Amino acid sequence: MSNSKFTRRGVLKTGAVTGAGLALPTIFTASSASAFTNEPTGASVTLGFNVPQTGPYADEGADELRAYELAVEHLNGGGDGGMMNTFSSKALQGNGILGKKVEYVTGDTQTKSDAARASAKSMIEKDGAIMITGGSSSGVAVAVQGLCQEAGVIFMAGLTHSNDTTGKDKKANGFRHFFNAYMSGAALAPVLAKMYGNDRKAYHLTADYTWGWTQEESIVAATEALGWTTVNTVKTPLAQTDFSAYITPILQTDADVLVLNHYGGNMVNSLTNAVQFGLRDRIVNGKQFEIVVPLYSRLMARGAGENVKGIFGSTNWHWSLQDAGSQAFVKSFGTKYGFPPSQAAHTCYVQTLLYADAVERAGSFNPCAVAEALEGYDFDGLGNGPTHYRAADHQCFKDVLVVRGKENPTSEFDLLEVVEVTPRAQVEYAPDHPMFAGGSLGTCNPGA
Amino acid sequence: MDAILLQILNGLDKGSAYALIALGLTLIFGTLGVVNFAHGALFMIGAFCAVTLSKFLTLSFETVDPTKTDFLGQPLKVKTPYVEAWFGPDFGGALIDWAVPLSILFAIPVMITVGFVMERGLIKHFYKRPHADQILVTFGLAIVLQEIIKQVYGANPIPTPAPDAFRGSFDFGVLLGFDPSVIIYPYWRLVYFLFAAVIIGAVFAFLQFTTFGMVVRAGMADRETVGLLGINIDRRFTIMFGIAAAVAGLAGVMYTPINSPNYHMGMDFLVLSFVVVVVGGMGSLPGAVAAGFLLGILESFASMNEIKSLIPGIDQIIIYLVAIVILLTRPRGLMGRKGVMED
Repeated sequence: MSNSKFTRRGVLKTGAVTGAGLALPTIFTASSASAFTNEPTGASVTLGFNVPQTGPYADEGADELRAYELAVEHLNGGGDGGMMNTFSSKALQGNGILGKKVEYVTGDTQTKSDAARASAKSMIEKDGAIMITGGSSSGVAVAVQGLCQEAGVIFMAGLTHSNDTTGKDKKANGFRHFFNAYMSGAALAPVLAKMYGNDRKAYHLTADYTWGWTQEESIVAATEALGWTTVNTVKTPLAQTDFSAYITPILQTDADVLVLNHYGGNMVNSLTNAVQFGLRDRIVNGKQFEIVVPLYSRLMARGAGENVKGIFGSTNWHWSLQDAGSQAFVKSFGTKYGFPPSQAAHTCYVQTLLYADAVERAGSFNPCAVAEALEGYDFDGLGNGPTHYRAADHQCFKDVLVVRGKENPTSEFDLLEVVEVTPRAQVEYAPDHPMFAGGSLGTCNPGA
Repeated sequence: MDAILLQILNGLDKGSAYALIALGLTLIFGTLGVVNFAHGALFMIGAFCAVTLSKFLTLSFETVDPTKTDFLGQPLKVKTPYVEAWFGPDFGGALIDWAVPLSILFAIPVMITVGFVMERGLIKHFYKRPHADQILVTFGLAIVLQEIIKQVYGANPIPTPAPDAFRGSFDFGVLLGFDPSVIIYPYWRLVYFLFAAVIIGAVFAFLQFTTFGMVVRAGMADRETVGLLGINIDRRFTIMFGIAAAVAGLAGVMYTPINSPNYHMGMDFLVLSFVVVVVGGMGSLPGAVAAGFLLGILESFASMNEIKSLIPGIDQIIIYLVAIVILLTRPRGLMGRKGVMED
């Protein structure tokens, strides 16, 4: 007979509980020695750049990566300092972040949500990334933002334009500098009404996913408010390459404007097809038929070639802007790489500086301290004029550019011309606007 | 009525691409018995032959224009294509303008060589392996080829326009007594349809009216007997692989003005083309062509708003629905032969 207090059942129970605890993913458990996830303890700090390095947006991802590398160079005191010299905040000294040298790791989102989450998770768990940034797709941005919220790191969104990113899918650990579909509609519609009149009939072709839906909803609301009518809204599959079958029904309607709520390869192909079918040569209702592309990208415009000439759209930033911040960034980027940066590169560069600046001002890498420093922050000198990071939804508010495909480009980069800089007040909206309803920021998660 | 005519026209050019790719696919299957999942990549390589020639013809030298500045404020470097400097702006400009049609001459030898290397270098080692192995290796090859193209040309679509003479649209409405601008169709899509018809006719004529073609057809029917007659049927089949590659490549070359080519375009067509082959009947050349046009037109009709309002999403599944119905009612496809892919 044994006097031992251990029973077989007790040992099994204890073992199971201990094993389950050890098996928990480390990103969901905090080390007792750390106050927050991946607290930097050495002489360096690691940032995670999660961009599409393969897949249809790989070229855009490559430009984002160039911008991140440039930002890291400037943060560590290299190069000419770029927009750090024009930034209204002077917290960044070119000695890294809080004196720690900035290092980085990269991940490949492949423009797929699951791949993007896997690469972000790897950068957080294995490489110790304290902040994740990047993206060229709203679906990816929403997915990675959710992961960062769970993991307790800050997510500084790159190019993501869906209302949902800072609408129903907003998160306390996520921040977006890029503009959104609502802002595109609010900026673009008055210019369209001015150029084409108030009694237009619009036909929409829309990419069938989160960004397309919010883009269509936004531009429909903005144009109808100015007197336009909507003839039809047709969803097109994201994988569609030949849009001729979607273009030809337009010929049977009395629509005199085609709005292409498409991005990337969709935009290139649908615009090319629309021009091929002679839509721009049509006269309907006694008016010249027009095509509108609400979200422009210079990299994508290049794919559509001459078809973009004269077509209106909106963009977050353009290299031809003459303010000191834009000039400084274009000079740094252009000198290093030999061509001007895209809007994707700009927003990624700015987001990296904004994160570093927030850490410096907070005096801590703790995500909640960083979030507090970013919330309600007003800044200038980063290329978009005075900008406000709204606390209620973590969306930046700034001027929006309305652009038009240039008729006589002087170079392969000179594809778009800025028609109007729409003031920030015109694109602002209430945090509880119906197009952004349904979600909640929740509370900041430091991972502890 | 005008809407129906438009969708038929739409279906014809889409069907042309399906038919050309499916023709090559079924030719390879019928001769070599290989299920070639890299065939879409051949279509893509053909398209990039046009991109390559277009880039080659626009190779330029730079001169500095001190009166203008670039984005960094430096004197602007103006690019002038060598062909315009050598042959004058008129002839040089015309060469650049006609880059896509000229690419046909460039693509034929390139595609035959690619097909020959592909067959001799890789696929011949899988003749006696199960179809699953053939599918895996050719699918892997397709991925490798598209990644190579992406590394060289980037991920974004590259505009490769048609010659100026073929830009714009033809007004069928006026011709048929309808209102103007109701049934209009781009010139280049008409060119594509006619080009496809010529290529399909040429392949059929080659197989039907030449001794070489007769031997190939005999080999497709009974490979062993043809071999016993002392004819090197393998060599002829290798040549047919090259011809099938050239057909897919030419389909790709002429498709570039319709949609700007990108590295993924082969995959976009591949699955649909396989469905076309299965619907037409494995190994049946007329079946592949007929099914290509049939499915192209049906897909076009299914995209009409009136149809989609009745059955939402039908445009995405129509081809597969038709395939299911045909395979249930005619298991060998529309024109399939007995004994092909059957125990």
